[in-house]
Amino acid sequence: MNTIFLEFAVVGLGIVLLLAEAFVDRTNKDYLAYLGSAGLFVILLLSFLPIQGPAPGSSDAAFITSDILSVFFTRFLLITTIIVLLMAPGFKPVLARYLPAEREGAGVGEFTILPLFVCAGLMWMVSSIDFIMIFVALELATITLYVLSTYLRQNNASLEAGTKFLILGALSTGFFVYGITWIFGVTGTTNITALPHAISLLPESSILPLLLGIALILVSLSFKIGAFPFQFWVPDVYQGAPTPVSAYLSVASKAAGFVVLLRLLLALETVPVVAHKLYAVITLLAGVTLIFGNLAAIPQTNLKRLLGYSSVAHAGYLLMGVASLGSLMAIPAIGLYFAAYLAMTLLSFVVLMVVAEATGGDEISRFNGLSQRSPLLAGAMLLAMASLAGIPFTAGFVGKFMIFEVALKQGHFGLVAIGCVTVAAGFYYYFKVARAMYWQQPTEETAIPVSMTVRILIAVLGAGILAIGIYPGPILAALR
Amino acid sequence: MSPLLLLILLPLAASLLIMVGANPRRTALGAALLNLVLSVLLFARYDLHAGGWQFVSEWHVLPNLGINLSLGADGLSLTMLLLSTLVTFSALWIAPRIEKREGLYYICLLFISAGVIGAFSTLDVFFLYSFHELALIPTFILIGVWGSGDRQAAAWKATIYLGAASFVLLVGLIALYLSLPSGIRTFDLRQLDQLAAAGTFHPASWIYLLLLVGFGTLVSLFPFHSWAPPAYACAPTPAAMLHSGVLKKFGLYGLIRICLPLFPEAMQQFSLLLVLMLIGNILYIGYVTVAQKRLDWTIGYSSVMHMGYIFLGLASLTVIGVHGAALLMFAHGLSVAAAFALCGEIRRRTGTLDYSELGGIGKVTPVLGLLFGFAAMASVGLPGFANFAGEILVFFGATFSSIYGPAMILAVIVGVWGVVVSAIYMLRAYRSVFWGPIAARWETLTDITPTAKWSVILLLVPLMIAGFYPQFILNMVGTIIPR
Repeated sequence: MNTIFLEFAVVGLGIVLLLAEAFVDRTNKDYLAYLGSAGLFVILLLSFLPIQGPAPGSSDAAFITSDILSVFFTRFLLITTIIVLLMAPGFKPVLARYLPAEREGAGVGEFTILPLFVCAGLMWMVSSIDFIMIFVALELATITLYVLSTYLRQNNASLEAGTKFLILGALSTGFFVYGITWIFGVTGTTNITALPHAISLLPESSILPLLLGIALILVSLSFKIGAFPFQFWVPDVYQGAPTPVSAYLSVASKAAGFVVLLRLLLALETVPVVAHKLYAVITLLAGVTLIFGNLAAIPQTNLKRLLGYSSVAHAGYLLMGVASLGSLMAIPAIGLYFAAYLAMTLLSFVVLMVVAEATGGDEISRFNGLSQRSPLLAGAMLLAMASLAGIPFTAGFVGKFMIFEVALKQGHFGLVAIGCVTVAAGFYYYFKVARAMYWQQPTEETAIPVSMTVRILIAVLGAGILAIGIYPGPILAALR
Repeated sequence: MSPLLLLILLPLAASLLIMVGANPRRTALGAALLNLVLSVLLFARYDLHAGGWQFVSEWHVLPNLGINLSLGADGLSLTMLLLSTLVTFSALWIAPRIEKREGLYYICLLFISAGVIGAFSTLDVFFLYSFHELALIPTFILIGVWGSGDRQAAAWKATIYLGAASFVLLVGLIALYLSLPSGIRTFDLRQLDQLAAAGTFHPASWIYLLLLVGFGTLVSLFPFHSWAPPAYACAPTPAAMLHSGVLKKFGLYGLIRICLPLFPEAMQQFSLLLVLMLIGNILYIGYVTVAQKRLDWTIGYSSVMHMGYIFLGLASLTVIGVHGAALLMFAHGLSVAAAFALCGEIRRRTGTLDYSELGGIGKVTPVLGLLFGFAAMASVGLPGFANFAGEILVFFGATFSSIYGPAMILAVIVGVWGVVVSAIYMLRAYRSVFWGPIAARWETLTDITPTAKWSVILLLVPLMIAGFYPQFILNMVGTIIPR
């Protein structure tokens, strides 16, 4: 089977579902979420069949690869999308509240189906080895995300979030294209794998403009992954966007950004003039992102904003892994961290969505006494928070453990020292949620109803957190 | 199934049962009792002549990294396991009636218990660390929900202190791991011991400092102690018993297991630093304890102070000193748990632990007073209790090692003076609570219930057996021979 088949299958699934939405006469659109996730699950299974990369020398081979990085993150994106699709039925009441009510269920269908196109875009992005291809894939994903983040069009917060995301996203795209032109202008290629050879032929004087181009791309990627100083949009957009979209943004689009960064660094590793400077910048970025994300998360009172800053903080830990790319275990460590990050972030967003709907808001105070209203939701959130904070036997701990290990191995003692302080800060702000759920008294005593879909999501994600936390071997092996 | 795995899984299985609706108290007590019986059996079945690690079993987790869930026990771990199961059972038994969310209460206690049992029975440093951390969240919930006084501040302080210290410790452990030559990198204690015995492995001494700060904070080594007294004073009684009696011993256990064999040079190099810190524990905290005006704070600070003696035994780097320290770990665990248990009983009756409000209640609660007298005397180190035997050995060990410099002699003198200081505050506490004129409102107090009485006696009896016949612990801990 060919690599790009999977992406086309996702796009095809999206189109079929859009048509179904238009022609099937049902006001309850839940079936779209179930069909979509079932379809994606089949595609996920197909990805385990032996995959042929594009034939060497073919036109595809210049654009697409099917190395372990691409295979791993393709599956990662599929799983993320399945979970986000399954969140959609639970989000219906919010959609109904903020969409003009032409007829019952209006807009729910598109909201459920659009993530499929983001998924296809991001899947192409993680398999691309050419800047042009990456750019096109990125646009497919981001433009769809602009639509999704402003989806609640009678809600000011959502509109504000979408506008911010659009303006800053467009700016970052601009940086990306501008960076590509500089790199192409200097080296004559847009292919990442061809870069080292092209650079080796360059005269000394061309290195500076090349570095400018790479710096511009780095700016754009920092925006995607939410690294300091391009993280302003993260908390605002997470807070305003519909919860499933925030979840999707924080997991899938961050992962795709990191894969591009990894590809760039892996290619340039063989070019010492560029690599040294690049690693120095990444190390610096990792340090300030860790400090900023964790310290800014401390005073937050809104859980969605808190998760926004926490996603910046986790970008810091991931960058710590990227800065240690010299170690063989760095890529497995980053992959493991992402697997952990997927499970714990999505679990917290799922619980957040249910609780916000039941209590009417997403401030941390809405979680007061949750352990008495719903032990299941409280327990799931506690597990997610424990994992985000990095408590042993959860996925978050093995992730941090591996990242710290590779960072120490590469001699990043400064980063590790910063990491120790920021982990302590993390304990504070994640436990703030635990405090609300277990220490405080609820304002109402009524139990919060939990639908079967949400129960299954909680069970799967919770089991994932514990499984990765206790037996991380298979995930590490997948990326070695 | 490996008996050690069973020890870890029983509390977890009990919590699972409670989650699905079993009677919390009965299920928890049943699991704790089974664990106690099991650990006594293991303690008795340990082959002293063979020595070394017994009951070994292993499951692969990350073989490429040298991380495996391997369980096994030697004399020291079995002693600590006996302590853990004794204190767990006693703590669960003495737990008062919980009106609200009883299930969560017992689940939290069972998780702490499973964590310490896991930490003391694993042969892998990675899991040694991990199991200890298992207690972090339950402690946070227990203090925050069922605590007393300024419980929220205390819970925050303890959680952040312990969380940060754990990551310092983790960095130290990873650094230790990475300083092994690649190819034989391992977290396995047995292989680390072999490397140490071969004398070819010399990790950098800064790693020792990381481990000392990490483990030290968990044991409330001066000046990283300030989380402990408020946490113990505010925690519900069973949590305080488990935490001060057992969980805190984890740091010491780690020092004995990892630092003593692997960092002999670094421990000598930095012995002055450690001695200065432990003098801080004994002298400074000793006087701070004297200044306390409430019983729970007195016991909390006294438990910080007594850590100084155990550190003194370790710092002596002599066989007798380390054996004394191990005996003292066992003794202190039991005596402080008994003290906190009785402290909780007094608070339940009077609603206060302020010396200025209490007094003379021994007239109406004679049995409670008698038992508290035992616990107080044990903690002072009266002959007949294991604490005395441990302290004597520690002083001998420290005196032998005074060849390392005058600091050790100073430490011994301070240590002996510290015994006087602890007599001062314990006797004062005893007098303020149980003797003197009784206030009219305490006339109607009832004496200790049979449940509470027997759960304290359960702690005091082994303490006295080990006091009169310390050999039964020393034989066990003698199987680890520090180099």
